[in-house]
Amino acid sequence: MKADPAAVATGVHFIDGNEACAEGAIAAGCRFAAGYPITPSTEVVEHIAKRFPKLGGVFIQMEDEIASSICFQGAIWGGMKAMTVTSGPGLSLMMEHVGLAAMTETPSVFVDVQRGGPSTGLPTLPGQQDVMQVRWGSHGDYEVIALAPNSPQECFDHIITAFNLAEQYRVPVFFMMDECIGHMLGKVRIPEANQIDVRERKFTERPPGQYLPYEIYSGDQPEMVRAGMGYRIHTTGLTHDARGYPEMNAQAQDKLIRRLCNKVLDHTEELTLCESDQIDGSDVTIIAYGITARVAAYAVEQARQQGLKVGQLRLITLWPFNDRLIRDVAQNTRSIIVAEMNLGQMVHEVRRAVGDKVPVHLIDSAGGAIIEPETILAKIKEVVS
Amino acid sequence: MSQTEIRICGLGGQGVIMAGMIIGRAASIYEDRFATLVQSFGPEARGSECSAQVMVSDVAIAFPYIRTSDIFVAMSQGAYDKFVKEMKDDSILVYENELVFPDDQMPKGAKKFGMPGTRIAEDELGRRIVFNMVMIGFFTAVTKLIDVEAMRQAVQNSVPPGTEEFNLKAFNRGYEDGLAQVG
Repeated sequence: MKADPAAVATGVHFIDGNEACAEGAIAAGCRFAAGYPITPSTEVVEHIAKRFPKLGGVFIQMEDEIASSICFQGAIWGGMKAMTVTSGPGLSLMMEHVGLAAMTETPSVFVDVQRGGPSTGLPTLPGQQDVMQVRWGSHGDYEVIALAPNSPQECFDHIITAFNLAEQYRVPVFFMMDECIGHMLGKVRIPEANQIDVRERKFTERPPGQYLPYEIYSGDQPEMVRAGMGYRIHTTGLTHDARGYPEMNAQAQDKLIRRLCNKVLDHTEELTLCESDQIDGSDVTIIAYGITARVAAYAVEQARQQGLKVGQLRLITLWPFNDRLIRDVAQNTRSIIVAEMNLGQMVHEVRRAVGDKVPVHLIDSAGGAIIEPETILAKIKEVVS
Repeated sequence: MSQTEIRICGLGGQGVIMAGMIIGRAASIYEDRFATLVQSFGPEARGSECSAQVMVSDVAIAFPYIRTSDIFVAMSQGAYDKFVKEMKDDSILVYENELVFPDDQMPKGAKKFGMPGTRIAEDELGRRIVFNMVMIGFFTAVTKLIDVEAMRQAVQNSVPPGTEEFNLKAFNRGYEDGLAQVG
């Protein structure tokens, strides 16, 4: 299915990542958003609030993030595509409902424009410190999808990807921007609506009475209905059977939780979005994501001008983490540097995947400012010497 | 020059960010080149230091931050003092010449172009708010970085409806002053 031409702002724009994210969500078919506006994500909902009324959409400014993160899930069960938008402190409050979305298989999109933390930390300054929180923040075993764009153009393009993946996999999808990407203006080319692929929800074609909300009729996802269309449905955060009724025993738990995890993990390869550049035969490869990947690209270019053999891997999909991809890098380079605006989060995953194959170094930062290209260049020289 | 690094700096309320936005819009939308804008400002509504870092390029831009400028637009003395040392040799300074006084810290070979944008906006055009339009008109003429028609289109599509004519008049006033200086 294609995007709605009446809603897509086709043309060339010079806008920031936050506005591009809002436009992309609209193009993806999002018509409901609930949020408690927070810097540096505020412009996303500001723009949504301006655009939605003419499109028949609803934005609700809720009393807090806890309410926001359940309100939009109600809209999704009501049949809409919906999202909530926040930053680290709000995301911490939403964690209970991330688990609920995972357990109830609600196709939900959480936009997180990251800032420095913990707690209220640095409202107006960048960080990349929520990477592990989105993976592990709610209790229990579950899997999520997380994407990290690195330009306003990608904020438009990949928020559409995020909505499409949410529908396809019925999991919480995190859109991991950062303050730099959110507030940076750049050229954004919005295509014609008929060039934008939008994945529609898989609503059941079974008649009421012959439908169970958590039965797998085909593929590995249950089918949804619109609440209020005559179907009797029940959904709960408790361990449940195909009817959606509580079934609380070890056997039901094992069956359900393994399915919830494997429906993502079994598709890790298809879910992997990344860019790699000149890794084969390099002396060192930089792995980075978001704004840090742009800084790294600049440093790598300078290093190459000085005759150094440097490769680069930019992760767009952060979760599920693709071990095979990282092992392939380790096969073809002599050392790895992970650069991230936190004191070491993704580096743990990289080290786990690489084992002792090649040394893995970290360029860290507590947040508040981008990692300087000079810092990355100096580390490259140190590692290759 | 395939990539031009522009720093615009002044005080909150002078229209620094809007000036950067219009330059970026002109380059990326109306000239089909690439541009990025990174902004920084304080929490105050007015009076804090305000800076726009604009990159204009013929190819996609990896790193959007300005380290050393090809063009430095200084709208306050504080801005000049802070960033004059980050001008490249042979680069350009565009400044408000009743607020900013260039000194011997200017790098070698640098050219400077000044005009009294605030006075012209307030006394001649009648509203100080169009100061930034005067300055970007002047910028357009003295730097020749972006086509004047692209800039005019960007001005027209960036200002509140109903004020296009007035803003363009201010832009043109600065542009003419700039043309007179570069000949």
